[in-house]
Order: sequence, then C-alpha cells, then structure tokens
Amino acid sequence: MDHLDRLENRSIHILREAYSQFKSLCMLWSIGKDSTVLLCLARKAFYGHVPFPLVHIDTHYKIPEMITYRDRLAKEWKLDMIYGENREALDKKLTFPDGNATRIECCRNLKTEALRHTLSGEWPRYRLNHATGNYEKDSNTEPYTGVIVGIRADEEGSRSKERYFSPRDKNNDWDIGDQPPEFWGQYKTDFAPGTHIRIHPLLDWTELDVWEYIRREGVPVVSLYFDQGNGKRYRSLGCWPCTNPVESDAKDLDGIIEELRSGKFANIAERSGRAQDKEDGGGLEELRKDGYM
Amino acid sequence: MDTCKKDMNIVIVGHVDHGKSTVIGRLLADTGSLPQGKLEQIKEMCRRNSKPFEYAFLLDALKDERAQGITIDIARCFFRTEKREYIILDAPGHIEFLKNMITGASRAEAALLVIDAHEGVRENSRRHGYILSMLGIKQVSVLVNKLDIMGYSEEVFNNIVKEYSEFLAAAGVTPTSFIPVSAAMGDNIAVRSDKMPWYDGMTVLEQLDAFKEELPPDDLPFRMPVQDVYKFTSSGDERRIIAGTVESGTLRAGDGIMFHPSGKKTTVATIEEFNRPKRTAVTSGYSTGITMTEQIYVKRGDLAVKTDEKPPVTASRIEVSLFWLGKDALTEGKRYYLKTGSAKVPMRLEKTDYVLNASSLEKTAKPKVEKNEVAKCTLTLERPISFDISSELSGTGRFVIVDGYEISGGGIITGVAGDEKIRQNVLRRNFLWEKGGVSLTERMERFRQKPFVIMITGSKNSDRKTVARELEKLLFANGRSVYYLGIGNVLYGVDADIKTGHSEDRDERDEHIRRLAETANILTDAGLIVILTASEIDEDDVYLMQTVLGEKIFTVRVGNAYDKEPAFDLSVDENDEKAAETIMRSAEAMRTEEL
Repeated sequence: MDHLDRLENRSIHILREAYSQFKSLCMLWSIGKDSTVLLCLARKAFYGHVPFPLVHIDTHYKIPEMITYRDRLAKEWKLDMIYGENREALDKKLTFPDGNATRIECCRNLKTEALRHTLSGEWPRYRLNHATGNYEKDSNTEPYTGVIVGIRADEEGSRSKERYFSPRDKNNDWDIGDQPPEFWGQYKTDFAPGTHIRIHPLLDWTELDVWEYIRREGVPVVSLYFDQGNGKRYRSLGCWPCTNPVESDAKDLDGIIEELRSGKFANIAERSGRAQDKEDGGGLEELRKDGYM
Repeated sequence: MDTCKKDMNIVIVGHVDHGKSTVIGRLLADTGSLPQGKLEQIKEMCRRNSKPFEYAFLLDALKDERAQGITIDIARCFFRTEKREYIILDAPGHIEFLKNMITGASRAEAALLVIDAHEGVRENSRRHGYILSMLGIKQVSVLVNKLDIMGYSEEVFNNIVKEYSEFLAAAGVTPTSFIPVSAAMGDNIAVRSDKMPWYDGMTVLEQLDAFKEELPPDDLPFRMPVQDVYKFTSSGDERRIIAGTVESGTLRAGDGIMFHPSGKKTTVATIEEFNRPKRTAVTSGYSTGITMTEQIYVKRGDLAVKTDEKPPVTASRIEVSLFWLGKDALTEGKRYYLKTGSAKVPMRLEKTDYVLNASSLEKTAKPKVEKNEVAKCTLTLERPISFDISSELSGTGRFVIVDGYEISGGGIITGVAGDEKIRQNVLRRNFLWEKGGVSLTERMERFRQKPFVIMITGSKNSDRKTVARELEKLLFANGRSVYYLGIGNVLYGVDADIKTGHSEDRDERDEHIRRLAETANILTDAGLIVILTASEIDEDDVYLMQTVLGEKIFTVRVGNAYDKEPAFDLSVDENDEKAAETIMRSAEAMRTEEL
C-alpha cells in the first residue's frame, strides 16, 4: 500500500462512515480539483454510484468554463446535482465587482450566506432534472445535517486545525477551542438537533497528493488549471474578479506535478492567487467560523 | 518516485511551554520545508506587533491562539527527508486539552516527548508518557530541551534522563532515546551541535529517520467491522456488497467468512472494485467490499472474521483500561454508548476498580472517573458485542464512550468480567461440540417432549430430594423420559478433583454448580427432562446455570424461605402430598407457553 493508497482508503472509509451515519447528507462540489477528487473517491466508495446530492454554491462570478464542466460531468455520471445562490445580494448588486462590498464582504454575501441558507433549506435549491437537462426548484427543503467538504489541512493555518468530522452549531459556528477528540477511526456522528457536522475526507492530503492522484486515476479537471499557451494558468479556482492566474507554462499534469515537487511552486502557498486571503490577518478564519469552506 | 516513499505520523507531546512548537518550527525551517508565504507572513506579523520572531509562531497560525500564547489544538505540519515524508502532529501542552493530544497521538507511529531542562519533569511530562503507552505507541524519543539556558550541562541532562527513565519504567514504557537539544538555537535538531561534545547520539532528524515503520498487521487474524451493506438497486445495480475497512489480516475470494456476534457463516464470492484493478485478496487498511455466495443477513456493527482463524470474544461485561475526557465525570448507573469497530451499544459503568493518578501512578479507589483521569473499570453492555482482547489484537480491542452527543472517553479491553468467562467456555463448547448421528429434533420427535431442567431447592433442612423423586416418578408415569440428578451425584465423581468440604468457598461452589449444569446439559442434549436438586441456591447460581444451559431453568423452592433466595417460579410445601403434581402442571404450563 503506497502513500496515495493509504490516503485513498482512509478517505473512502470516512465517506462510507458519513453515508451510514447521516440521513440528510450532501457533498459540496466547488468544481475545483480537490472536490472533484472527492467526487471520484465517492464513486469508488460506492461502486460507481454517488448516493447523496452534490451542492454547488453559484456566485455567478465563477469562470464560465467551470459551470459548463459541472453540468457535463453531472449528466455523464448521473449526479444528483443541486445549486444554491444569494439571489437578493445579486439583485441588489451587493458585490465586490459592483463596487458595493469589500472582497471579504462579497465572499460573505455570495458564498457564506448562500451556503448557510442553501444547507438549511431556507433559500431555494435548484436541482438538475436529468430528463430535461434543466435545473428546477427542489421541493426538498430539509436541512442537511452532514456536509462533506473537500478542504485540506495544508491549505492554510485554520484548516490545519480541523477534524475529519467537525461540528457546527446552530449559527454555523465552529468552536476551534473545543473540538471533539478523534481517535481510532471513531468520529463525532452524534449531534444535537439544529446543529450539523462537516465531514472532511481530504484533510490529510497535500496539493501535490491531489495532483498525483488526479494523474494516477485520470480524474477529469477543468482546463483552466493548465497553461493554454499564454504562459498563465490557475492554481486555485474561484470567482474571476478575485482569482488570478499564476505565471506558469505547465501544460499538463506532469508539468504541474514537477512544478509543485521541485519547481517554482515547491515553496509558494497554493492560495497565493486568492486576493481575499490577504485583506485581513485572520479574514479567512473569520469566514470559516461563519461557514465559509 | 516520491509517491513510493513511506510516510510516517509523528506526535510531539509534553508539558506546556516546554518547547514543542519550537522544535517543529526548527524542523520545518532547517529542512527547508516551509512554504515561502508562511515564513514571510509570520515575520511580517511579528514586525507589525513589535515582537521578536520565534519559530513557534509558525504553528500558531490562529489569531486567538497567538493571543493566548498556547497551542490549542492539534496541527499538522508536513516535511520530508531523503528517507520518508513526515506528518508532524503538534499536541498541546495545556492540561485542559488532553483530548487534542490523544487525537494527535492516536494517529502517530512514534512520539517526541519534550521536557524543559530548566523546569524539569512536570505533570504532563508524566501524564503524556503514560497515555502514549495506553495508545500503544512503542517508539518514544525524549528531547531534553532548552539546554542552552542550562549551560549545555551534561549533569542536568543526566539527572532528567534518570528521573524520567524511572517513571517510564513504572508505566511500562521503554524510551527509544534521550536527546539533549536547544530548539531555539537549533542544537541537535537537524544539525549536530558543537556545544555538547559529551553527547554522541543521534540528532532529532536522525532519530526520526531511525524510527521503524509499523508493519501492517496482515499476518494477524482477519478482522473487518461491517460498515454498511450496499445495494443500489434503483441505479440498476443488483450486487449486495458488504462494505468495511480491514482492521487486520488478509481475506481472499473463496475464503470461509463468519459474522459475529451472530456466528453466521458463508463464503466470499468476490472482492469488489470500482476504477481499480480487480483483486483477489485484501489486506489491512483497505476500504473494501465483498459479495457472498449465500445471502445471509448481515448488518453494520457485525465483525467479519475468517472461519478457520481464531474467533473473536463475544461478551456483554468487559474489563477495560480507559481515559476520560468528558466535562462530566464517568458515573455508575448513567447510560452511555460504547463504540468499537462499527458497533455501537448502550452501556453502563458497573464499577471502578481504581483510578490511576497519571502523574504519580498511585492507584486510588473512587466511584467515578473525572476528566483527564485514567482508570481500570468494568463495563456492562446492554447486549453482547464481538471484539478482541487488546493485548492479542489491538485494532479490534479498543473502544470509545459517547456521553450525550460527545465522544468523552476511550480505552482498551483487557478482559471479560467474571461469569463472562463461563459464557466464553460455553460458546467455545457449543462451537466445538461434536454432533452425534441422531439430532436433538429427532430425539424430541421420538420422546414427544422438549427437554428442560427443573431445579428443586430449599433450605438445608428441607426435604427437596423426596419431592424430586416423587416428581420423577410422576413424569415417568405420564410418559416422559426423565432423569433425577442430585448435586450429591456429581460431588464425589465429576467433582472429586475439587471437592474440599469447604462449602463456604464461593469459587469452589461456583465450580460445583457449573459442573452440575454441564452434566445436565449433556442429559438435555440426549432429549431428557432433568430434575436437579441442591440446597440454598441463590440468584448467582441460577444465572450461572442458565448461562451454561443457554436457556431458562424452572426453579422450585420446597419448604421455608432462606437467606439470599432468588425469585422462584414456584414454591411448594414439603408436606403437601400434591407437591409433585403441582410442580409438573406448573412446569409443563410454562414450557407450553414458551413453545
């Protein structure tokens, strides 16, 4: 059993544990490489099936190619695809690109708030109808009590403190000072009404692990991660106004892996292209406490 | 290729402020393992706050953590050497945060335990050392830190080595090494120090590379807790797949497999895969799924084992060593849940043998176990579960306890309690029983009766034997196949090796009762109704006999009440001429009801 096998099997164990213990379970799919690896792990865990819905929070500022790719895979793999949004903030233009919010406020409006209300079922969920190929308002408004998320501990400081099964209280708050113990493959699967559990099967993976796994397993990823000939590529995907491509001529998986292992990115943080991380010393942590991924 | 390189989890433990984070910061910096952004970010932060930069700040990535100045949770750091990749788990030193340390340490294959040379061995130096042994971490290297402020003194180092070695020996831990270091100065961390010429052992980095990888437990008996049973029929998939992660051993297609505690047996048809090459065997650590040749009922919580390997233990009263992390103490009488493997069962604390002071290793008798304490206890489960004794098979010999919604403790199973041992014998006897050529069902048809046991007891002076003989004659006259067996008939034969004449000896008495019941068991297997007599049977005796016989016995008291008597199915007057008839009607009525 090699390094990737170990990671893969532990992640599958966690996914199966989540599926067996949570009646109302969903997986967040950001369309990025990490949550797409997570999706492939789920197909492996459940032998080609994904027995829970995939939820995407659409800020409507995502790079258009990401949405095309999302719907293509959803149809191909017969995924139970759901998206949610902050319609009010979009209508009132309370966003950074509209000049009415800081980057952090914009993240809070379009991601955190949209996520919170989509998970709780208070705001509309739009579900892919595989017969018509269109998204329709979902009649199920039951809150999700288990939410699978593809975060990794090596991404930034606050994520390194996470658990595999991490409780969120009624206000989505994360009490970093008082987290459940987690040992011997036993996780927190009991929770009070109104609270929910975030499940993090990729916690032990590094950025390099993710790319090596993508190469080994042939995981399909958006072409934005590769240099299309202009000497730039995205290392991390988000909304276009706040995510900048990095200078790189990595045109394929081998190129990316080489760059991470010993090349120019071996010592540069992955989210260095994300503008919102820099705005405030603990901005991301604050957002995470509020439910941001 | 790097992916072929081994990886290893290391935990760093020790008392608060003894320098754990500094050791990690140094390791990361001196091996060039820091992401560029991180060091810059922390240095910038220090500049803005007019604080001198410290390596420990690298890990204190959270705002409120820096405010408190102590590490509050487990953090993972990654770095690699030529030999392997390391995941360093930083465990906090503050006494309140033991659960975080256990979270970190339970994933580790080896530990670094840091002791401040100036402060010396402190409470958590000891507590953490003890819990490492309970978690089964066998490789522990002790770093004696901050020797720079002690003038790099060999004597200071040697004194700590002596004091702490003695403590560890009492706790049953043999340290891998002691290393004199100064994490702040970088002495003996990644680079050999020229300040301590008296030390010729390994640096911390060399020690890490010298730790041995744990061998996967593939050669041990196969154990797989059943995590779930999948049948995605609505997606057109007709397979019924038993899913789980292999805890130990190896399983192959075609192997005989058995599910405990039910004991149902079948054969492995296939090992299922998706987007992975087909395989015919799985070993420990694999999250796998199997199909079976026969569709027997299997559910989450069952323990899958191989039919030709050592069976697990099944019991509902267990002896354990545990540590308690909950805000509320572990208390007798309160209902908790115990989780082991995939099984989850309601449980109660039956009794606490002793609470261990992890610092002094003194044993104190206490009725409950408080937060951060370690204890030896007996637990009663509401139904039997299957597991292994921790010293024989650690993966399936450990558990956690859930109080309300929270995991509040954990421990290892050290044995089964008292009469559970008899239960084990009975299970084993049934398992190994050599069946005859005529089945019990055939005998029941021939004798037109279902065998059962009637126990006739009473005070020492009661005339239970006469009543028993009358009953035997009456049943026989009514066409029953019946046999009367008084305890006197086994005492001098079957029991000759243990009979001492000291009837007060509880253990001896238990063994007489057990043998009486075992003898009766042979007679009922022969299809007979058995009448037993013994004086002053108590509740424990009845329980023991029922355990051995595997079903309810009909109990009758003849004559007056006596001390410690159990609840009887029937009481009769010894002078009543109709006593035998009353017993017969009553016993047969009960049997009919049961049938």
